[in-house]
Amino acid sequence: MSQTQEVVPGIKSAPKLQAEHLGVVYDRDGQSMPVLDDINLQVSDGEFICLVGPSGCGKSTLLNAMAGFLSPASGSVAIDGETVTGPDPRRILVFQERGVFPWLTVEGNIGFGLSKLPRAEREQRIAHYVKTVRLEGFENSYPSDLSGGMKQRLQVARALAVNPDILFLDEPFGALDSITRVIMRGELLRIWQAERRTILFVTHDIDEAVQLADRVVVLSSRPARIQDVLTIDIAHPRNISSPRYLELRDELLKQIGLAYEI
Amino acid sequence: MRFPRWLRPALFIAALLAIWEIAVDFHPGQILPGPVSVAGGIVDLLQHGLLLKYVVASLFRVTWGFVLAAVLAIPIGLTLGWYRRGEMAFNPLVQIFRPISPLAWIPIAILWFGVGDLAAIFLIFVGCFFPLLLTAMSAVHNIPDVYINAGRNFGLSPSAFVSRVLYPAVIPQLLVGLRITLGVAWLVVVAAEMISVNSGLGFLIVDARNAGNRYDLVIAGMVIIGAIGLLLDIGMRSLEQIKSFRWRYSEG
Repeated sequence: MSQTQEVVPGIKSAPKLQAEHLGVVYDRDGQSMPVLDDINLQVSDGEFICLVGPSGCGKSTLLNAMAGFLSPASGSVAIDGETVTGPDPRRILVFQERGVFPWLTVEGNIGFGLSKLPRAEREQRIAHYVKTVRLEGFENSYPSDLSGGMKQRLQVARALAVNPDILFLDEPFGALDSITRVIMRGELLRIWQAERRTILFVTHDIDEAVQLADRVVVLSSRPARIQDVLTIDIAHPRNISSPRYLELRDELLKQIGLAYEI
Repeated sequence: MRFPRWLRPALFIAALLAIWEIAVDFHPGQILPGPVSVAGGIVDLLQHGLLLKYVVASLFRVTWGFVLAAVLAIPIGLTLGWYRRGEMAFNPLVQIFRPISPLAWIPIAILWFGVGDLAAIFLIFVGCFFPLLLTAMSAVHNIPDVYINAGRNFGLSPSAFVSRVLYPAVIPQLLVGLRITLGVAWLVVVAAEMISVNSGLGFLIVDARNAGNRYDLVIAGMVIIGAIGLLLDIGMRSLEQIKSFRWRYSEG
């Protein structure tokens, strides 16, 4: 199993992100509980990676450790060869829910990380990302006046505005209805193709993973190890009823241990 | 035709006043003055210039006691709430002081500050300090982790983190705490003025009774206390309507 994860097709330069023997242990009521065990992963610049696995397996924990919000018990994460020691505005984590600041308007949220920029540049950056996530006309609205999908687009805009090289997305569309979710995937792909950031995307939705990712990392149940890494060799835009798509989806379902008949 | 919102309660109050007056007319005696004589009492106070003087005196004490308590308790409470170890050290002390009625401090207040404004202000301060301290501590605990993590992610300096994440995140809860505490301050000032000063609405009530059983003035004082308390509450509530403060109530 572990021989697949070392192989990154087409990689020439040093990896953008590299996790080596990464282990995370939670301390609950004095008992230590291993959550991640010996995670080895290389992500190249501009890649779109989806992390899938059974619920509660530690997908979010892995993302939080890579983003610097959790310190590993063993091993390390390095970005551009530099060990991650804490959160950093060069890589932004987008949360599943309630991630936008409710006391700021759409403009205020997008400009949150831009306070050091000169005013003109900040306003230009805000206007650009308002447009990128299609929130024109809502610049002065508060999040309470936005739908769930708009709030998530706003969170993505706030993240993109600080020009990060990596976006970590933690089930960003998990709380949305299924129609909005499909639309949001299209939007995210459009933004990714336009801006080419490295994206690590946690999802529990197999279809979402096959539709979005260059590679899908399958985690085992807790303590999570990398069970397999699947390369999704279909060009965008992806035809979701093509035989190859269905084949890859079924392969993923099998990996997670789900039957593909209900 | 639609009735304005205030019409229903206004009519109800008018009906109660009418019943009160009729009842007093049917049964004259020492039980209670009627609304007409209370209104006469209020006019009396106005004519003597006492009403404004006493209201200003009471509001002056409440403002000082309340503002001093807020200025001290909120930063301390936020700090203790953030550094849980500090809170663990402080909490037992707070829990012991909190259930002591501010009125129990009256002898101490007079001992330290004599009879006068300072004693009353001190009592209001004591009555407001502990509730505000606890409000501030729990407001920090209730900040969702996502806001804190998002704030950390964007690389804010500690002072920017406080002003741009911590402070706006606790504002809605602080406003609720401030509103409730201002009500407490208004309760305490009346009691404090009955004992430790010789002006203000609390003083008016004891003085009217002591100096000739003017129960019309006693009730007049109570009515004015109620009316001002209501206005203070409306004022604090209107702060909660400010859009960038109001998010907590609309987000649910």
